Amino acid sequence: MDDQAQLLPGTLDLLILRAVSLGPRHGYDILLRISQISGNSLLIEQGALYPGLFRLVSQGLLKSSWGTSENNRRAKFYTLTAGGRRRLQEETDNWNRLVTAIAAALSAQPEEV
Amino acid sequence: MTLLSSLRLAALFRRLDRNAELEEELGSHIQHRADDLERSGLGRAEAERRARIEFGGYEHYRQEAHEAAFGRITESLAQDLRFAVRVLRKSPGFTSVAVLTLALGIGANSVAFSLMNALVLRPLDVPHAQALYSIERGKQNEPAQSYPDYRDLRDRTRSFEGIVAYSITRAGLSSNRDATTAWLYQVSGNYFDVLDIRPYLGRFFHASDEHGENSANYLVLSYPYWQSHFQGDRSVVGRIVLLNKHPFTILGVAPPTFHGTEMYFTPNFWVPLVSGGQAGGWRDLNLRASRDVWLVGRLKPGVTAAQATTDLNAVGEYLAATYPAQDQHISFSLTRPGLMGDTLGRPVHAFVGGIMSLALLILLAACANLGSLFAARAADRSREVALRLSLGSSRRRILRQLMTEAMLISLTGGSLGLLGGLLALRSLDTWQPVPSFPVHLPVSPDARTYAAALVLALASGLLFGLVPVRQVLRTNPWQVVKSGSLTARDHGLGFRDVLLVIQVAVCAVLITTCLVAVRGLQQSLRCNYGFSPDHTLLVQTDLSMAGYDGGRATAMQRRILDTLESLSGISAVGLTDRMPLDGENMVNNHLIFRETTAELTAANAAANAAVQNVSTNYFQAAGTALLTGRVFSRQDDTSAPRVAIVNRTFAIKLFGSVENATGGYFKTADGSRVLVVGVVEDGKYRTISEQAQSAIFEPLLQNPTNATWVIVRSIREPQELAAAVDQQMRRLDTALPFTVRTWQKELDGALFASRVVSVSLAMLGTFGAMLAFTGIFGMASYAVSRRLKELGIRIALGAQRRNVLQAALGRAFRLLALGSVVGLVLGAVGSNLLAFIAYQGTARDPLVLCGAVAAMMFLGLLATWIPALRAVSVHPVTLLREE
Repeated sequence: MDDQAQLLPGTLDLLILRAVSLGPRHGYDILLRISQISGNSLLIEQGALYPGLFRLVSQGLLKSSWGTSENNRRAKFYTLTAGGRRRLQEETDNWNRLVTAIAAALSAQPEEV
Repeated sequence: MTLLSSLRLAALFRRLDRNAELEEELGSHIQHRADDLERSGLGRAEAERRARIEFGGYEHYRQEAHEAAFGRITESLAQDLRFAVRVLRKSPGFTSVAVLTLALGIGANSVAFSLMNALVLRPLDVPHAQALYSIERGKQNEPAQSYPDYRDLRDRTRSFEGIVAYSITRAGLSSNRDATTAWLYQVSGNYFDVLDIRPYLGRFFHASDEHGENSANYLVLSYPYWQSHFQGDRSVVGRIVLLNKHPFTILGVAPPTFHGTEMYFTPNFWVPLVSGGQAGGWRDLNLRASRDVWLVGRLKPGVTAAQATTDLNAVGEYLAATYPAQDQHISFSLTRPGLMGDTLGRPVHAFVGGIMSLALLILLAACANLGSLFAARAADRSREVALRLSLGSSRRRILRQLMTEAMLISLTGGSLGLLGGLLALRSLDTWQPVPSFPVHLPVSPDARTYAAALVLALASGLLFGLVPVRQVLRTNPWQVVKSGSLTARDHGLGFRDVLLVIQVAVCAVLITTCLVAVRGLQQSLRCNYGFSPDHTLLVQTDLSMAGYDGGRATAMQRRILDTLESLSGISAVGLTDRMPLDGENMVNNHLIFRETTAELTAANAAANAAVQNVSTNYFQAAGTALLTGRVFSRQDDTSAPRVAIVNRTFAIKLFGSVENATGGYFKTADGSRVLVVGVVEDGKYRTISEQAQSAIFEPLLQNPTNATWVIVRSIREPQELAAAVDQQMRRLDTALPFTVRTWQKELDGALFASRVVSVSLAMLGTFGAMLAFTGIFGMASYAVSRRLKELGIRIALGAQRRNVLQAALGRAFRLLALGSVVGLVLGAVGSNLLAFIAYQGTARDPLVLCGAVAAMMFLGLLATWIPALRAVSVHPVTLLREE
């Protein structure tokens, strides 16, 4: 577990949006999907998912409905709204720019600095 | 269950519901995790325990999720409010100007609305008042009908539950020793039953109590009079009192809420019309031509006013056919009751409409003022907004914050305004405008007033709160933070400039209006009444109150005149039956015909002249100038041929000139020939605002009457003389109630209406001036503060004061001038509408125009004075250090 990275603040929302963008999912499933797409390398306490989910719902980026899971249990399923889809695109672009910039800065050679 | 508690329960259930849903969702998560763990080989119980541990702080996350979803709304509102209070406290100048402006607007409107509510909207205080209608006659909407016509209408119509008749009069009441003058309604027997009023104490009289003339000497006290004159004594029921020396039995007391069927008049008691002859003067119940009762009918359920009018007019046709002499072409219409038929309705509606629209103008000016204040402030705060935006605050949140500030200001200003309005209304409510007549203006505010003030305050708050929205939405944080502040656009007419021009224009309209009103009042006080009220006392009484009638009344009047003439310092004593400009018992108008006219119908009449019966010395006592001929003498009595003195208008109308009139004859409606013996100057007879009209004066000795007004002209001090007159009158007859007043005081009543109008308009004008002041002041100080830095540099570079002032305030002055011109033009056009409520007012009066221009300039100078001082005293060094 030691090689798992702490989440940067604000990035959990991005991950949730990304996970939900692949199709309707319930909370536990979203968590599994995040682990899966991040190659199990992020440390997220399970409960921390829910304040994030509810925040996104109240911002109108996600919508939810009750349904039945593959385990035949009742569960709440989340899907992206149009706004959520747009937000995901923007945040992804921002993130990529940031990463490029930081990476460029960190990989700069001493004589360049 | 009440609505409130069921709402509370619903909210509680919703909250429980949400919590349950959240719990279920979290539970579902743990179960899913446990399923996975179970699949990897753990027992179910162990799997669930592990799943719970992995989930982390269950309670912590549950609460956080709950707050994320819906929990924070109320909390953030409180936060907004706290922040708004802090921000507003930090700029006390802005806050106080804004609050004051709005308070003025709301105050003016709550007073105006209360007036409208009281005078127009509120119905009579009677059960099911919406089914009550006043019955008016003919095209002139005359409210007064004759008693025989009333009986026919009552008995022959089918649309009414009942029709009541009433008239207001005055009588002398003596319950133990003192005789006092009291005001009463003479009413038909069915009055209380048709109006559906139940006695507070004792019983009322009914239609079944009427058995012909003077058969029902009963009396029902009003609640206030019972309290003030009988100390609320419950044993008054059954007591016998003397009304004009005739015994009447007190039957009961009306409930406190019942003030009769006239809106602005509260009577002391009610007596049956059939006994009216003994209470309040002569009355012939069988005379169809004598029209002096007012009718109010209650419609049967399901009957419309139109159907009832048709019904009335069917009876009208019957009356016209049966009594062609009196009721030819008679027709009826219905109107809302309470304003002397609807006689007062039209002027009152015009007045209230005028006041209301002016008050709305004030509110408009206040809103424009606030709009420009808020816009200016938003520009100043662009930096703060940009900072908050770049720190991640959402635009919606910032707008909400600005709206909260606007609402806070509008509510504070609104409550202050309402408070001021309430104080003004309270003094109006207890005001006794006419000294001799129990007028009551029921303007105490009710729930409707408060609701209206609240709605107005919130609406205007929203309106000006919206002004900065565009600005916030367009703010680009990078730009602002980089350049320090929004660059001001100094060319073209900006939004704020338009607001200022509107505001100044509206204020100029208000000031013009105010000046028109004040000028009108001044002129009404100076106009020629046709008599001179200085140095005179009036004694008013009605001899029937002490039981005089016929020849005894004439003898008593002779004694009064002789007694008062014998006092020292008296120059003349005159007597008349009706007083010019007396609002209660107006001078009557009679049809007059040429001597040659044979058929005496209304169409052939030569004049409709005001008629007064006067004593020999009346003109001398009243100060009315005799133009030609002679005054009456003691020989002009019933044994001599009928004579009259006419006024100039009458003389010119009938005889072509003043000189031709003396020696000429005219005919009265009963066909008798009357010789004109003199001509006097024109005057005012019925109302202060009437056009010059014909008038004739007939000798008292040929037309005996009980109604008595004595005019005592003297060189002595009125106070001292009043005491002497009072003493002499008491000595003549202790049982005769009378009042002594100066003529000036009596005229206050006649001038009452135009005074009310003038005072209200002047008040609104003052409001307008104050608003103009705050508006210009706010604008000018903002203009200066925004360019302080530039001004500092100019001064440092050696600019002259004049240049600095021009740079700082030139624009403000140009806008001010533009607004004033627009306002004056509008005011001049608009006050033509006012001319008919504000007596003799016109904005074309050069004095008014000059006054308005001067007032606007003065306000402009005054309001820009402080900002100008600040502009020229800018110290460059301090300024540069600050930035």
